[in-house]
Amino acid sequence: MNEAAARRLNDDLLRPLVETSWRFWVLVLLLGSVVVTGLATWLYQMYRGFGLTGINMPVYWAFYVTNFVFWIGISHAGTLISAILRLVNAGWRRPVTRCAEVITVFALMIGALFPIIHLGRPWLFFWLIPYPSERQIWPNFRSPLVWDFFAITTYLTGSVLFLLLPMIPDFALVRDRSTGRRNRIYGALALGWRGTPKQWHRLESAMQIMAIAIIPVAVSVHTIVSFDFSMAPVPMWHSTIFGPYFVAGAIFSGIAALILAMAALRTFLHLEAYLHPLHFENLGKLLLMMSLLWAYFIFNERLTVWYGNATAEREALWSTQKGPFAPLFWTMVACNFVVPFVILSVKKLRTIGGCVLASFAVVVGMWLERFLIIVPSLSHKYLSYTWGSYRPRPVEIIITTATFAAMGLLYVLFSKLVPIISIWELKAGEHYVADATPRTAAAHPLLPPPRGSRVGDPGLRTHP
Amino acid sequence: MTAIYALYGDADAALRAVDGLRAAGLHDGDITVVSAEPLEHHPLGERDRATWMFWIASGGGAIGLAVAVWLTRMTELAWPLPTGNMPIVSWWANLIIMFELTMLGAILATVITLIITAGLPARRSLYDPEIVNGRILVGVERPASQSVPQIERALLAGGGRVKTV
Repeated sequence: MNEAAARRLNDDLLRPLVETSWRFWVLVLLLGSVVVTGLATWLYQMYRGFGLTGINMPVYWAFYVTNFVFWIGISHAGTLISAILRLVNAGWRRPVTRCAEVITVFALMIGALFPIIHLGRPWLFFWLIPYPSERQIWPNFRSPLVWDFFAITTYLTGSVLFLLLPMIPDFALVRDRSTGRRNRIYGALALGWRGTPKQWHRLESAMQIMAIAIIPVAVSVHTIVSFDFSMAPVPMWHSTIFGPYFVAGAIFSGIAALILAMAALRTFLHLEAYLHPLHFENLGKLLLMMSLLWAYFIFNERLTVWYGNATAEREALWSTQKGPFAPLFWTMVACNFVVPFVILSVKKLRTIGGCVLASFAVVVGMWLERFLIIVPSLSHKYLSYTWGSYRPRPVEIIITTATFAAMGLLYVLFSKLVPIISIWELKAGEHYVADATPRTAAAHPLLPPPRGSRVGDPGLRTHP
Repeated sequence: MTAIYALYGDADAALRAVDGLRAAGLHDGDITVVSAEPLEHHPLGERDRATWMFWIASGGGAIGLAVAVWLTRMTELAWPLPTGNMPIVSWWANLIIMFELTMLGAILATVITLIITAGLPARRSLYDPEIVNGRILVGVERPASQSVPQIERALLAGGGRVKTV
């Protein structure tokens, strides 16, 4: 990459780190206040007990477990998608990967919080950790809840490292472009990185191996989350399809979350030159494919239950098709299938705005899907005298809202402290595209042209 | 003098300098190349490719698997309580823990290998902040005093401006 292009790239992508507008502080204050309200509400729930929530016999899992499954699903946005795109060497992934990997880490952290929020005595959560107590009693490794602990711990560890490793060269870049305290902090984070061929090879080899390892881990995580349900003899839960059904749903909601995050970054950080309509179009196609896959799974699930016609399952099914949960069910179908299918299957509608609209619908629809998996089944178990209902109470709604604000807050703070687009990968991508296939480079520019020139001029991106 | 180096605007010029240094009798191990991006597409990036990282990661996975087998079996036998009509040592259930710890072992082994073989964390040696602006550094650390003129000529032949530190 020539010097002018490198300087321009550095300036553009480091600008959010060095310039802070009043809008940033307003956003942090707004999101922070919602998060603090959520934390205060959680403390109040701990003090007063679970009677404050709508959770009651027979529905003991409701909003909190819905949120747990939803956020773990959202976490599939990043590391899994990034790993797949890395392995297939998709050039267009380069500006997208870090935006995606960050979602994974924060969504996993938030998702993993919900089983703790759901505990009556959350300060005893460490009982899940496999260590021998004073009576040499260990956790029961045959319990799906312990499987969750191992799966989430592995995925979180892998995802954090998968995010951190490619950040080292960018930390070194910030180190070299800064002075004073910032220089010292980023210098420590850069671990003395220089950029010798050996270091680059080792980093890329490590990323390849981790990409190979992280894909089955990501699939296992949501499969194991599905086991929390499918291992239980509850109507419509005890199903062999739950593993792949949950994984498909997770990737589906993950892609939608990624599109929303990218659109927000593009607008607020003025990254229009890096996050192109092409990126949204490609992700939109993936979203469309996952929407069709989701429809296929839900048809399979519903048809099997309807055809089997077992009494308890039939009641749970009809409560969602034409009973009290029907409005939520049909809203979910509209959000997860009708809206994305109509928007994303028409090329003219597959714009940034169209992708954002479809993604927003999918995020809403997937939250509803998680809710509809849990509550109708628990409301209609095998003995009809135990049937009941559930209505969320304010504490659950406030805590749920606070987690969305927490996601936004963590994302905003991260993009303030770390280049949200991997600068070195973008530079390397220019070489890859420009040298390997000049025609492709011309068609799909990874880098912006110099200011004042037309977007898409291939002559401005070739290797000097 | 602890190092002598020059900065180049592109990889081809840097390669000319490296070839010049080789012609002057220096080995690849004596020549430092530093860039702000991987030079995968270029002969300059072909150095130091060989790595045992994949095999070490596999070894890490094997250790993780062994730990998981030991942990699940040992703890189930420590308090042999029947649960859900499952056998005391329930391999079907234990497979999940074994899979997760295998992958965790592989991931941790990969990261540890990266840190060690890439020499991280390191005190910065030969480096120039201009590298981040797309320049490629080629130089020699602790050169022998009699070879300095030859090194300077080789670096100049690549088109760079020679600096000493």
